[in-house]
Amino acid sequence: MIPLTWYLVLAAALFCIGLYGVLARRNAIGLLMGIELMLNAANINLLAFERYVAPNSLVGQAFVVFNITVAAAEAAVGLALIIAIYRSRDTVAVEDIDLLRG
Amino acid sequence: MEGLFNLTWLIPVFPLVAFATIVLYVRRWKNISSYLAVGAIALSFVVSQIVFWMAISTPHLAEAPFHSVIRWMNTGQTLLQMGVMVDPLTAVMLFMVPLVCTMIFVYAIGYMHGDPRYSRFFAYICLFASGMLGLVVADNLLMLFMFWEVMGLCSYLLIGFWFEKPSAMKAGLKAFLTTRVGDAFFLMGLVLLYGQTGSLAFDKVLSPATLQTLANTMLTVPFFGAVPAATVIALLIFGGTVGKSAQFPLHIWLPDAMEGPTPVSALIHAATMVSAGVYLVVRMFPLFHAVPHGSAPEVVTFIGAFTALFASTIAVAQNDIKKVLAYSTISQLGYMVMALGLGAYVAGAFHLITHAFFKALLFMGSGSVIVGAHHEQDMMEMGGLRSRMKITFWTYIVGTLALAGIPPLAGFWSKDEILADAFGHGHILAWAVGSAAAFLTAFYMGRQIFLVFFGKPRSHHAEHAKETPKTMVYPLIVLAFFAALLGFVGVPEDFPVLGHLLGNPFHAFVGEAYAPGHVNWLVMGLSILLASGGLGLGYLLYGRTPLVAGQPDPLARLGPVYKLLKNKYYCDEIYHLIFIRPVTWLGDVMAVVDKNGLDWVVNTVGRSTAAFGTALWRFVDVPIIDGAVNLVGRSGDVFSRLWGWFDNAIIDGAVNAVGAATSWLGRELRSMQTGRVQNYLLIASVNVVVLVLLYMLL
Amino acid sequence: MSLTQIVFIILAGLALLGAVGMVALRNLVHTVLSMVLAFLAVAGVFVLLDAGFLAMVQILIYVGALAILILFAIMLTRDMMDRKAHVNAAQWPLALVVAAALFALLGVLLVGASWPTVTAAISGDQVVALGEALVGPYALPFEAASVLLLAALIGAIVIAREARA
Repeated sequence: MIPLTWYLVLAAALFCIGLYGVLARRNAIGLLMGIELMLNAANINLLAFERYVAPNSLVGQAFVVFNITVAAAEAAVGLALIIAIYRSRDTVAVEDIDLLRG
Repeated sequence: MEGLFNLTWLIPVFPLVAFATIVLYVRRWKNISSYLAVGAIALSFVVSQIVFWMAISTPHLAEAPFHSVIRWMNTGQTLLQMGVMVDPLTAVMLFMVPLVCTMIFVYAIGYMHGDPRYSRFFAYICLFASGMLGLVVADNLLMLFMFWEVMGLCSYLLIGFWFEKPSAMKAGLKAFLTTRVGDAFFLMGLVLLYGQTGSLAFDKVLSPATLQTLANTMLTVPFFGAVPAATVIALLIFGGTVGKSAQFPLHIWLPDAMEGPTPVSALIHAATMVSAGVYLVVRMFPLFHAVPHGSAPEVVTFIGAFTALFASTIAVAQNDIKKVLAYSTISQLGYMVMALGLGAYVAGAFHLITHAFFKALLFMGSGSVIVGAHHEQDMMEMGGLRSRMKITFWTYIVGTLALAGIPPLAGFWSKDEILADAFGHGHILAWAVGSAAAFLTAFYMGRQIFLVFFGKPRSHHAEHAKETPKTMVYPLIVLAFFAALLGFVGVPEDFPVLGHLLGNPFHAFVGEAYAPGHVNWLVMGLSILLASGGLGLGYLLYGRTPLVAGQPDPLARLGPVYKLLKNKYYCDEIYHLIFIRPVTWLGDVMAVVDKNGLDWVVNTVGRSTAAFGTALWRFVDVPIIDGAVNLVGRSGDVFSRLWGWFDNAIIDGAVNAVGAATSWLGRELRSMQTGRVQNYLLIASVNVVVLVLLYMLL
Repeated sequence: MSLTQIVFIILAGLALLGAVGMVALRNLVHTVLSMVLAFLAVAGVFVLLDAGFLAMVQILIYVGALAILILFAIMLTRDMMDRKAHVNAAQWPLALVVAAALFALLGVLLVGASWPTVTAAISGDQVVALGEALVGPYALPFEAASVLLLAALIGAIVIAREARA
């Protein structure tokens, strides 16, 4: 049996890499990809816990279904936004999108 | 029904409240002030009438008078009790005083019209009226004295009401000071009485037992030896009457008091204040007669009779219409005082009441004449007013006849009772003096009538005189009614027809304890003769051939006698010489002593103090004190400079540093505001890491 | 070390490789390809976790739809990115530190905690059960998810529409 902690550590690693991608990538699309990675890490976590703590309860799997749904929807909308911003500002670099600058 | 007597408390209160209200609130509105005053006195009048009729219908009121007391300071003694008492004397006074006062108040509305201090006048007479009413209902001598003084104050204020006239100011002061002399004696009498009896309440002091004690106690008086206490007290109290009722020798203020407005003259010098003095004697009558064959009544009779004759002689030679009436008042008061000295209690009281009515009438009539003749007061400048001022004329006639003692008017009955009593008790001298005074009274009143109303006008003012407004004329009519008919309440019982019919209710009510008067036909006949004789003489001299303008008084033919009378026997001048000059001389001497003696002492003290001060300054102040002060100053200067450096360098530095740090911090933090979500996310992640770390560690 | 564990380790390595490539590669198309690799590896991990259906879903959606979508987006925003030299934002050191720190902390936490693990076998047909669950107890979230998809659909169309000329 693969110990639970292996899955958890893997999920944590993927999550942190995804976090790094969110924080460090210049391209907005790259940033979005980091978010998707984080969501995937969460999915692994969910399934791992379901398998090892409450098998047959299907809680984890249902949750993962929704998670994937949400991730897809969010990616779609996010990319639409990026395209729209690209059209109006001619840039996809996140550092150039600073209208909130104080 | 008995409870209605308690209304007596209210009688002096109404005018007092009106006084306070006018002074405090409504002084600005003249109409309100006068209506308030008249309303208040009318209220008092109504309540007095209620009390009066209650009193009349109470049998044996003299023995058991209504007495209501407030004890407001329980010091173990009954000195400071306030109370009201209604006995027959009070009741008849309550009948007369508010009635006359109301008439005079109404009269004053017209007389004082246009005066700039109109409201103040009404305030003063309200205070005065409350004083008189309080005096009448008082149940003890202290309260009586308090109201006595209130009236004295008001008299001063009212006589000097037109204080722009120096003569009015002087007259007010004279009135106040002269009555003060009398009041000093009064107060001494009160103190002595209290010392002897321990009380000042009428029911205690006038009880037969107390009177007996007072009559028997002997006091040692310098000059006179052993004198019964009753006599001493009585005469001291009489001193107050001499002052207040203008008896000789303190009569000098009353003629000068004519400087006041005529309503004041009518109020104070006819109806109320002067009769307060007589009322006092009437009230203390038992005290005066406590000692059998005592000297107190003799003194009283003497002064009364003398004053009566004395004043009437002066009145004969006066030209001012009000002065004649003033001396007439003095004379009539003398009559009353004489009557009381003779023991004619009822007669004295009766004359007091009737005199108030016709004297007030005469004064108001004279005021009407004065106003109608455009403020002309010299009778020599009048004349012929009969046709021009009809109502004034007829009411004045009624007043004159009443004063002169012509039957069946009021004055006849009262005056005759006095003379009859005098004659009947064997005081022939008093009777003779009284009769002489009666003759002169009739004469000078006749003189006045003929000079003022008959003949042809002797001046421009008299020619264009016209009747005065209704508010002034109606009170005259009311008073004339009483002057004419009031006498009938005092008709002696054995007078044919009338006596039986009327039954002398006055005597029955007031003089229950005293023997009723009898008709003495001799005296009565002589009185009528003298009265008509006096009037006839007046007609002879002034009426048959009326004077024309510029013609001198026929009496002037009497030469030096006339001059003496006209100048009032030089009383004022004599007093000035005897009393005032020495006092002012003493004052001058004192001023010299003060200037040379006292001032020298004071100056020397001042100079030495100044020298001491200079020395002190030179030797102590300059070297030592100034040195110390300068040192302190210099060190203060150094210290302040130190502090200044400290303040600049350190404190300002700290403050500036804080400011600089804040702006540096702001600049640094501003860099966080990039507007980029990624940066914000980074910060959020950092925070999460930190939190997790903390969670793990703690 | 059993076979499953070896398989797991391989899959984990591939996933991590793909992930790192996702965040580090300069060329965007390369990043997308690494992302695909990572997602496939994760699907494999799902299989190891006895969630075969979900593995298929993962591949279908993530790899099939999402990656393609991102490719399209990259194509549409292409011109811009060629010019840019840097791939990382200015704050990348700190981000690295943060990520590393977070991983360290999480690792310590996860390994140190005692999980109430249950060893049980999977019974029944997972897919049928999942289907029943989705329309049974989890019907509400299911419906909500569908609404969400609809909204995202409309929203994406609206946002990415060409501006009216």
